[in-house]
Amino acid sequence: MNATTEIEIEIDGLRKRFGSTQALDGMTFTVRPGPVTGFVGPNGAGKSTAMRVVVGLDAPDAGTATIGGRPYRSLTNPLTHVGSLLDAGALQPSRKARNHLLWLAHSQGLDAGRVDEVIALAGLKSAARRRAGGYSLGMRQRLGIAAALLGDPPVLIFDEPFNGMDPEGIVWMKDLLRALAAQGRTVLVSSHLMSELEDTAGHLVVVGRGRVIADTSVADFIAAASGSRIRLRTTAPADAMSVLGNAGAEVTATGPDVLSVAGLTAEKTISVLTGHAVPFSEVTAHRATLEEAYMELTRESVEYRAEVAS
Amino acid sequence: MTNETTTTTYRSQVTAQPESFRHLVHAEWTKFRTVRGWVIAMVVAIAAVTAFVFIGTAVGRSCVSSGGGSGSGSGPGGGTPSACPAQPTGPGGEPVQDAFYFAHQPVTGNGTISVQMTSLTGMVSTGPIEMTPALQPWFTAGIIVKENTSQGSAYVAMMVTASHGVRMQWDYVGDAPGMTGSVSESSPRWLRLVRDGGTVTGYDSADGTHWTQVGTATLPGLTSTVQAGLFAAAPSNGNGTTATGVFGHVGLSWPATGWTGTDIGGLGGNGVSLPGALAQNAGTITVTGSGAIGPLAGDGVLSIQTALVGTFTGLLPLIVVGAMFVTGEYRRGLIRLSLAAAPRRGRLLAAKAVVIGAVGFVSGLIAAALAVAIGSRRLGETGVPVWPVSALTEARIVVGTAAMLAVAGVLALAIGTILRRSASAITAVIVLIFIPYLLAVHLQGPDGGDGGGTGGGREELLRVTPAAGFSVQQAIPQFSQVIATFTPRGGYYPLAPWTGFAVECAWAAAALALAYYLLRRRDA
Repeated sequence: MNATTEIEIEIDGLRKRFGSTQALDGMTFTVRPGPVTGFVGPNGAGKSTAMRVVVGLDAPDAGTATIGGRPYRSLTNPLTHVGSLLDAGALQPSRKARNHLLWLAHSQGLDAGRVDEVIALAGLKSAARRRAGGYSLGMRQRLGIAAALLGDPPVLIFDEPFNGMDPEGIVWMKDLLRALAAQGRTVLVSSHLMSELEDTAGHLVVVGRGRVIADTSVADFIAAASGSRIRLRTTAPADAMSVLGNAGAEVTATGPDVLSVAGLTAEKTISVLTGHAVPFSEVTAHRATLEEAYMELTRESVEYRAEVAS
Repeated sequence: MTNETTTTTYRSQVTAQPESFRHLVHAEWTKFRTVRGWVIAMVVAIAAVTAFVFIGTAVGRSCVSSGGGSGSGSGPGGGTPSACPAQPTGPGGEPVQDAFYFAHQPVTGNGTISVQMTSLTGMVSTGPIEMTPALQPWFTAGIIVKENTSQGSAYVAMMVTASHGVRMQWDYVGDAPGMTGSVSESSPRWLRLVRDGGTVTGYDSADGTHWTQVGTATLPGLTSTVQAGLFAAAPSNGNGTTATGVFGHVGLSWPATGWTGTDIGGLGGNGVSLPGALAQNAGTITVTGSGAIGPLAGDGVLSIQTALVGTFTGLLPLIVVGAMFVTGEYRRGLIRLSLAAAPRRGRLLAAKAVVIGAVGFVSGLIAAALAVAIGSRRLGETGVPVWPVSALTEARIVVGTAAMLAVAGVLALAIGTILRRSASAITAVIVLIFIPYLLAVHLQGPDGGDGGGTGGGREELLRVTPAAGFSVQQAIPQFSQVIATFTPRGGYYPLAPWTGFAVECAWAAAALALAYYLLRRRDA
């Protein structure tokens, strides 16, 4: 609240073992204010465990997690420093949603007026006086967001906030995350589906098997993963392969009448095809999606888990 | 705020009051009051305790008597078959037995009576007309100064007993031991009472020369003229017992006017079961009498405690709510949010304990106050003797009941924190406090187990388990000098009120300490 420097989440060398599972295996990264930081990895990669360690719920076997240089347990009125949504189902079902926020506000020395503000912010105004047990998962996520925002904290930690949300809710959530980050907050959002973070996160921390696989900006991440390929649809695939191969391209068939072309720009591909009168109906510059880049990167850890499971 | 750079640090715009434990208590109270089921449970608890008043106080309409060998219920009394003989009450208002054989003469002003006793024997009826010589422990004879010969009047006595040595007793509830051992020709007992205004002092001696003070009793408002003399009584569990004392060296400092023999209370009813006798022979006087002198205590004697017989029904909802106040959070994962809001975990546990303790205390206070208010009115209407308690004792019983319930709630909370599951936590607390109480108090054998009042070992449960906390409700003292059944069922507990409460508190404190240790150590 009175920090004069950037408030960062610093995770340094976290190790934690649950029985025979090494949930965290030397995980190290820093989350800075500004862009939304996506925290991605397959299920079981250690995302939730790391987040629980950050907010002081789980004790690591080794390593430290600090917020603005301080361990969570040393924060006074911690919800005014860090807001977290770790489990949208963490509710007493018979308690009304507004009362759920009310006790939380009281615990931090906040008044009921702030409760009504976050209810409006989360779009729950009409449902606030209903029992939280009757909420859909999407509404529970909104209630969890409202709880995280109660203390208007500079640091926000959300674990799988898109789970159970309808398309409209997902759009709302993405806008909200971007807006919160744009205010200069430090925002860490986990997901096991990269697509959810596609146009939200500016920075990515990709984890697998309890350690960081990649810690990079989204732009660099995609650039590293996608070679430039062109997708070509033609009724004469044999001719196309021949002429493009002569022009120096590497061409592979990816389906009936569909070719994938590497080594040529789209403009060059079109001019070569038209120059040899090869018919085509589509030429598309193929940019690797975040999802594809992510799948490529995490394949190893997913395969490892499949082996262990079998 | 500038927005052209994405790395401007955000600062919280809301104003929170400085961190305070008070806020956590407020939060936990908000949690409690916003779950309707919990609030309803406490209302049910209050209603259940109060409703039991009508069961507890409905039992008192038949004649009760102690096993004191006198007034055992068959007397024709007041005419209608269901009417009970008028119950004498002592100077303190308590129901008493006051039946014995009294060889007395009126004396006025200060003075002294001294005797030498050389024998105490007894007879016990062993058939419709047969009597067999036998002594029972509290058979007694001695000297007594008594305001008058009506039942319930103030008195002080020095006496020898069959098994309890020399005693000084006064005003029914007072009892102090003197010389030990039994009396005989070769080992006589000298007894002396000295009246000085409203104070009477008792002495005993083995030789009539060296006297030892046994005790001093103050009888407020004692009349100037009183009856002084010799007495015998034969308290026992049955009827038809007599005790006989042989007196020598009878000395009165007052002018002697000759002995009159009287069966105090008359024969039958609340009086003696067998007529007494007086024989004077060459310097010795032999007095034979039946009956008993003392408080009418023991099982079956009603007191305000009877009104709180349903306390255990209020305990049950409190245990369930106390445990679920924390296990409910574990079940839903809500504990993580609570701990994120209060990361120094001992403070969260303490706040929960404060709230559940306060809920238990206030509910208990309302229930106990209601039950006592309704109960005392209903007990007054029954016409049977009710043991009076002082305002202080009544306050101790009401506040103690509230405190006992409060601590039980905290115990349930602590065990809930330790076990983290509702079903096992509730079961554990019920096994620790509810079952022991039921076993020791309500589920004892017929007529409260053995006549000795030990409850067949189950009474131990009220010493060692948290159910000892129920001791705070005991209204009538357990008089060791009274032959009566004193069982937990009748409201007599093995531990003193606050001692029993301390046992319960020790359990709660130990459980809280373990809960704190585990809560800090475990991942949430």
